[in-house]
Amino acid sequence: MIYRRLLLLVILLTTLTGAMAAGLEAFDFSANVNEDRYKNLIAQLRCLVCQNQSLADSDAALAHDLRREVWELMDKGNSDDQVKEYLVARYGDFVLYNPPLKPSTYILWYGPFVLLAIGLLMLLRTLKRRSKQAESGFSAEEQERLKQVLGTEKPDKE
Amino acid sequence: MPRFVRYLAPLVAFIALAGLLYKGLSLDPKLVPSPLIDKPAPAFSLPGLQQPDTRISNADFKGQVTLFNVWATWCVACRQEHSVLMQLAQQGVRIYGLNYKDERDSAKHWLQMYGNPYLANAFDADGRTGINWGVYGTPETFVVDKQGVIRHKVIGPLTTESVRHELLPLLKQLHKEDG
Repeated sequence: MIYRRLLLLVILLTTLTGAMAAGLEAFDFSANVNEDRYKNLIAQLRCLVCQNQSLADSDAALAHDLRREVWELMDKGNSDDQVKEYLVARYGDFVLYNPPLKPSTYILWYGPFVLLAIGLLMLLRTLKRRSKQAESGFSAEEQERLKQVLGTEKPDKE
Repeated sequence: MPRFVRYLAPLVAFIALAGLLYKGLSLDPKLVPSPLIDKPAPAFSLPGLQQPDTRISNADFKGQVTLFNVWATWCVACRQEHSVLMQLAQQGVRIYGLNYKDERDSAKHWLQMYGNPYLANAFDADGRTGINWGVYGTPETFVVDKQGVIRHKVIGPLTTESVRHELLPLLKQLHKEDG
């Protein structure tokens, strides 16, 4: 009984991995296309149908087609950047997981640093003000009065 | 810095941020703006759907304002949009179709069953023309002007509403432009 269950488990697990691997096409990785380079590139490209998946992860029909396209472009000797340009020309920057640095994305790339700088400036100002107050909480006039008050209080207590 | 500015500044910043995020909520992340808008339509030449020995290409669009509608029989929303296309065709709008990754027979059958609003259909069996046009979900409808430049793209099904408020005014405007 236990053997049969184990066997069933093994069968289930092996068929499962088979199904998962079926997503990627069996390309002929020739001299022009290094398999690692190909896998690295499709992991950086977004599938437009299922937007939170890369081309490498997605099983959508369009992802299949785009993987074929990427592979063929690489096979023709295009560089990674050329492949990216090809896709960006058709689908926009959205296909790139890593948005390029250009005027329309300045706020995206530099915004956090600007906010950080503003925060630091405010912090510095507050700290400066506080330390000044700690040094002399009272004006010269007030200190004079304070001395007087404290001075007159002393004899009273004695 | 006057005191009220110091107190109002965070409030203003908060309202601005809330406004920005609220706007973000109403945007549809499924709508990816096409980089092809205001660019010449990508060149293509494909066999016709009904007459496989004819070729459909950009030359067919020349000098006229044309809709290029991407559809397939496996696409549910295309069925939904079909009656709108029929209405447009009746009003004299020139519509060409890109039959995208479909079976020739099913597509022909579809046109017989539901009517044919297209002047002609290009048969894109492997979807390569679709990729060149940046198609990522059917239906999609491109508006090509007299110069052969893509002026607008509708992603998702056309509705009577969107046609009346967006498409027809745009077509009217494009008709007035020089060819």
